[in-house]
Order: sequence, then structure tokens, then C-alpha cells
Amino acid sequence: MTRYDSLLDACGGTPLVGLPRLSPAPDVRLWAKLEDRNPTGSVKDRAALYMVRAAEAAGTLRPGDTILEPTSGNTGIALAMVAKLRGYRLVCVMPENTSVERRQILTMYGAEIISSPAAGGSNQAVAMAKELAAEHPDWVMLFQYGNEANARAHYETTGPELLRDLPDVTHFVAGLGTTGTLMGTGRYLREKKPDIQVIAAEPRYGELVYGLRNIDEGYVPELYDATVLTRRFSVGTRDALLRTRQLMEVEGLFAGPSTGAVLHAALAVAHEARKAGRTADVAFVVADGGWKYLSTGAYSGTLAEAEEHLEGQLWA
Amino acid sequence: MAIEVRIPTILRSYTSGAKSVEGSGGSLAELLKDLDGRHPGLRGRLVTDEGALHRFVNVYVNDEDVRFTGALDTALSDGDSVTILPAVAGGSR
Repeated sequence: MTRYDSLLDACGGTPLVGLPRLSPAPDVRLWAKLEDRNPTGSVKDRAALYMVRAAEAAGTLRPGDTILEPTSGNTGIALAMVAKLRGYRLVCVMPENTSVERRQILTMYGAEIISSPAAGGSNQAVAMAKELAAEHPDWVMLFQYGNEANARAHYETTGPELLRDLPDVTHFVAGLGTTGTLMGTGRYLREKKPDIQVIAAEPRYGELVYGLRNIDEGYVPELYDATVLTRRFSVGTRDALLRTRQLMEVEGLFAGPSTGAVLHAALAVAHEARKAGRTADVAFVVADGGWKYLSTGAYSGTLAEAEEHLEGQLWA
Repeated sequence: MAIEVRIPTILRSYTSGAKSVEGSGGSLAELLKDLDGRHPGLRGRLVTDEGALHRFVNVYVNDEDVRFTGALDTALSDGDSVTILPAVAGGSR
């Protein structure tokens, strides 16, 4: 069905497209789940909708309430759309070193932005949001890093969609942030296909982003359960940008830099399978398109110049 | 050839400010012991008293998280690259 009663109803049901030119062999294939085809253009629409609906069902979120969320982009934009359509005010806490496009979109939706220092990264945005939540007990923090509805959105929608479209899936690869996509989709697929490999690709940023004063100030999202994963890769800015460009040049797909990191890991496992003489159907998540990152310099100049532009930025 | 170990900013007080150091060992555990000889205290920031990796530390061998490849028992060879990073909440979420 391609007709929907409202934008919210058009969430999910995204296409899975084959990448024959990037696939290492006819029986070792790569498949891209195009999450940029969601209402606000990212995978986060699924989590935002599920978290709001869960809070409404629980009675913690009532018409006119204020939603508070630490987010440096896609979740904020998704929540801003849902909040607009369902009648809530939204306050986002985001690091100041995030792209101007995200701020403009959030502002257009009517969301309010509180900036956290660049040097503290997302860790500090999370800490600041927790402080604000304590100061404003009437505000509702959905908290994507610990909200089970985030992972459940993927358990109930992304996972079943993937299995329906690719019954022989052998590997699932996605970016690791809140961990919601990997936990929800991974759990669902593992239940149906016990041998599936669930692989995380984690962006590795420039040093500024890791500006913690102490190891003890580190943070692991409450949703994270390592037993769901088979392997976890750290992908640096250069590899992510290289793959993002390759995806566009070879397959015509214009994706955000985090997708390049995911593709890097997907290609690694696909080439391993080919070398070992195994067949594989590797599905990976395209979290968003490249539009919101044009101002970052990720898509202009040489690879080295783009890498330099992204130094100190949160590109995924 | 040795094993290159990339050190995060917050642990460079143990390496006189060096961004990367070299070490040797057939496993991650051996490498960390070797490093601790020249950079005393570094190992204690990465490994708990119980002998496990600290919860907020991630260690990668050739970009792969060692928690999924045998943790401190992960095998190493000359030319491998080891990256140590603090756990952070990530980017555009």
C-alpha cells in the first residue's frame, strides 16, 4: 500500500535495494535498507514515533506537554515532526558542533535548542538533559538511549520488514549510537535465524569528540546488550567518507557519512565470506541521506580535505 | 616490526603526551603488560582489579572491538594496530 492517512502513518515500510556493483560476487550480495525514505528522512522516525506513542499509552505524556531530549540531530528532527503533529512542545539539548542544517530544520519545526559544549560531545548533552529534567519535573524526557520503545520499534518493524524482503539474510549491519536499531532488529532476526551475524559499525571521531576528563565519565547506553552482537567495528572518518563517496559513485546512492561507516563494515564481512567460499546476503542500514551534511564539507574537495573539515564534528 | 597502540587524549599523561606508542606481545594481555613496563599506570586504567577490561574503555585490534574476539586473550601479530578509546554516547542521535 502506498496511500496513508497522515505522515505519521507513512513511517517505516522502507525499500531494500540490492547493490550489484558493490557486491563482491553474485552469491555474496549487499542490500541497503533505505531508512532515508522515512517521513523526516532518517531511521529515527521509527524510534521517535514509538517512544511518543509508548509515553502516551502510559499516560506520562499528555496534550500540551513539553518533551525534552538530548539529540544532535536525527532524533530531534523526527521528534519535532511527531511533536508538531501531536501537539507537544520540544526542547532539544545538542552539542554546538553539529551541522547548521539540523539547527535550521529543528527551528523550522518550532523546536527549542539548548546547546551543550562541543568538547563534551554527546556525553555532555546527555548529562545536561538529565540535569534539565531534574529542574523541570513536568517535562517529559523520552531518553532514546534507555527507552525500550526505541529498540522495540525495530523489533516490531525494521526486523520483520528485513526478514520478509530477504528471507536468506546472513548478516545485519547497522550503526551503533543509542544501539536501538541493532538491539531491536538484531534480537528479532536472531530469534528467527539463530545463525545470523549482527554487526555494529561505530563511528570513530576526531580527538575533540572524546574530550572526557576521565575514563570514569564514559557512557554506555542503557539499551546496549553486547550479547545481541556478533562483532563490532570502529570506523574512522576517512574510511566512512571514502565509502560514502563510493556508494554514490558506484551505486548512485546519496547517503550520510554514517552510512559510509556501516558500508565499510558490511564490505569487510562480505569480502571475508567470499574469501572463505561462503554465500552471504548482507543487509545494512542507510540511516539517512547526505542532504543535512552538505555544509560540513563531507562532499566537496578531496578525501583528505573532507576529512579535515569533519575533524571535531559529529558526523554520524 | 612492533604493534602500534593509539592512546586517547585522556590517557596521554601515562605516555608523556605521545599519541601512539609501540609494544609487543602475542596477546592483548601481554601487550598491556609490556606497555606498563615503560608507561607505568597505563594498564591499571584499562584493566580492572578482577582482570577484565574497564567498562568505559573500548579496545580495538585492526578496528575490531576485542570484546567480541576474546577480550584480553585476543591474539596479536607484528604489524597489528591497537586503538584505545573511551566509551562515548556517539554522534547524531
